[in-house]
Amino acid sequence: MSLQLDAESAAILSPGIDLRISRILGRYFVYGCLVVLAAIFLAPLISMLFTSLKSMDEIRSGNILSFPKALTFEAWQHVWGSACIGVTCGGLKGYFGNSFLIVVPATLISVGFGALNGFVFANWRFRGDHILFGLILFGCFIPLQIVLIPMAGLLGVLHLAGTIPGLVLVHVVYGICFTTMFFRNYFVTIPAEIFKAARIDGAGFWAVFVRILLPISWPIVMVSIIWQFTGVWNDFLFGVSFAAGSSQPVTVALNNLVNTSTGTKAYNEDMAAAMIAALPTIIIYVAAGRYFLRGLMAGAVKG
Amino acid sequence: MKMANLAINHINKSFGNLTVLKDIDIAIEDGEFLVLVGPSGCGKSTLLSIIAGLDDHTSGSITIDGKSVQGLEPKERDIAMVFQSYALYPAMTVEQNIGFSLEMSKMPKPERLERVGKVADLLQIRHLLKRRPGQLSGGQRQRVAMGRALVREPKIFLFDEPLSNLDAKLRVEMRTEIKKLHQRLGATIVYVTHDQIEAMTMATRIAVMKDGILQQFGTPEDIYDRPANVFVATFMGSPPMNLLPAVIVDGSQGLSIQGADAMLPVPFSAVTRAPQGKKVLLGIRPEWLSLASTSTYQPTLDLYVEVVEPTGPDIFVALRLGEREIMGRLPTGSRTRVGEKARFAVDLSKAVLFDAETGIAI
Ligand SMILES: Nc1ncnc2c1ncn2[C@@H]1O[C@H](COP(=O)(O)OP(=O)(O)O)[C@@H](O)[C@H]1O
Ligand SMILES: [Mg+2]
Repeated sequence: MSLQLDAESAAILSPGIDLRISRILGRYFVYGCLVVLAAIFLAPLISMLFTSLKSMDEIRSGNILSFPKALTFEAWQHVWGSACIGVTCGGLKGYFGNSFLIVVPATLISVGFGALNGFVFANWRFRGDHILFGLILFGCFIPLQIVLIPMAGLLGVLHLAGTIPGLVLVHVVYGICFTTMFFRNYFVTIPAEIFKAARIDGAGFWAVFVRILLPISWPIVMVSIIWQFTGVWNDFLFGVSFAAGSSQPVTVALNNLVNTSTGTKAYNEDMAAAMIAALPTIIIYVAAGRYFLRGLMAGAVKG
Repeated sequence: MKMANLAINHINKSFGNLTVLKDIDIAIEDGEFLVLVGPSGCGKSTLLSIIAGLDDHTSGSITIDGKSVQGLEPKERDIAMVFQSYALYPAMTVEQNIGFSLEMSKMPKPERLERVGKVADLLQIRHLLKRRPGQLSGGQRQRVAMGRALVREPKIFLFDEPLSNLDAKLRVEMRTEIKKLHQRLGATIVYVTHDQIEAMTMATRIAVMKDGILQQFGTPEDIYDRPANVFVATFMGSPPMNLLPAVIVDGSQGLSIQGADAMLPVPFSAVTRAPQGKKVLLGIRPEWLSLASTSTYQPTLDLYVEVVEPTGPDIFVALRLGEREIMGRLPTGSRTRVGEKARFAVDLSKAVLFDAETGIAI
């Protein structure tokens, strides 16, 4: 009885102890959950990486999550340089190059136009501007499949069917809707008085855009670049529809490679090929992911 | 520095159905300091934007130096503007910010840097020239914004509430500094504020606005001592002018104050214009009341002292006359005690009469 009373009075006298304990427990719980979730997310990637570094013998005998006993890069070398894809046996490297030839111009052009469009929509009023912006927003929601046939027709008319420039055009057209929206939403958060000051200072369209806006737009430039780069790099549908043979992107080649292998499935090669195809987007996220987050926040929080 | 006279001729402005400026008509001479003052949303910034050429007006015209500026871009109007948010270019250094307009007009770099340096010295910000706006305090940004205007050596400076983002102490300092700058450069300035103290202390001319209508245009003395209507009387001055409802009696010689058993003579200035029986408002500024000496020749009122608020240089006293409350402002050291009734002299040579129905000065 007296003991209980003591404990109670102690709790009343120093309520901080109870509070601190529950706070520490809460933190362990949160970290615990994060670790479990991270493990679930990482498991497939780790499994892929380990499998790609094993020999087929080891794969057959072991656990898919076990660390390779004898590290070997044979699978990587094979799929990169000499694996047979369809009828040619030059590995993924040519297609990997194709993907870059598609991604780099498609990203730069769509981000450039998106920035210009966003500037115009954010700061210039003209007849029908709201309708036009609405249409562009609508463009973000058009399912890819719908445009396949008309787009194929258009590419045919332009004599770009089956070529890399054709694929670049398709991705630019599709990407501009998103990049325009990103830039416009970023630019409308910039105080109007800055544009007025620039007008009084005698700065024209390009001076305002290049000297005043672009230097403070890097967060949204990063967002747009990452968005476009990963979107275009990971694209399969447009690649498989509009690119022919040697101009195909790496995603399509990966599919063909996995389907070409005859006899027993070479899991280590499939995994190595998939890793190679995914590597650029992984690198971009690791290198610039924090800019992506910051850029997405920049539009929402003023200042 | 070049000088300009500015005329705002019957300007009207609507946004769709919303009329924000109604027939604004103001003209100032070279070197004047015009303050546009009024409550938020009365159209001050809109008027300033129209002068600058950033906004179109619906009708009327603006002339600078006798020439219409209709259709001219802001940069062609020979004006410079300082904004409330300063609107500095975030990615440029202070030097680039100040020099930007000169760069846009293709001034050669050596000449440009010299002009920027001169302005920086004038504003004492030379040591900040290589910094970016993000690395400056509010007061420093304010100076840079002024530098950006000064460097153009324009005919007219336009200021839109340039001090309202500063803390109180800095605001008073910058007020003095802008006034000094005006005297030194002899520049023509149009200055927008909602702060009546800024208006009184800085202006050579004040335009008081409300709901897009010009209420009164005149010198600070005009506005303060001879307000054109009840709005101006109460908006300008702190504490505001006391307004006592009264009726003209005694063949236009006397005022019977309503809600109190008190009489005062009609102010001399209004005697011939206020017929007997007319309902009026008697306007008395707090400092036009004083403790009456026994030998005073001024009319007096016996007032009950309710609250005494010493402010340092002055004492504000809340007084009561029957149902009416009156604010008084006495010099420090005046002998007043809460709860006592005291005799106050009223300076009727200054008092103003307003028509009780229209609110317009008689
Ligand atoms: N671009 C605009 N579109 C519609 N109404 C506006 C616009 N700009 C200002 N207004 C309106 O005009 C009125 C005056 O605004 P403003 O000139 O900014 O007032 P002040 O500067 O005196 O506070 C306000 O009622 C405001 O809502
Ligand atoms: Mg304003």
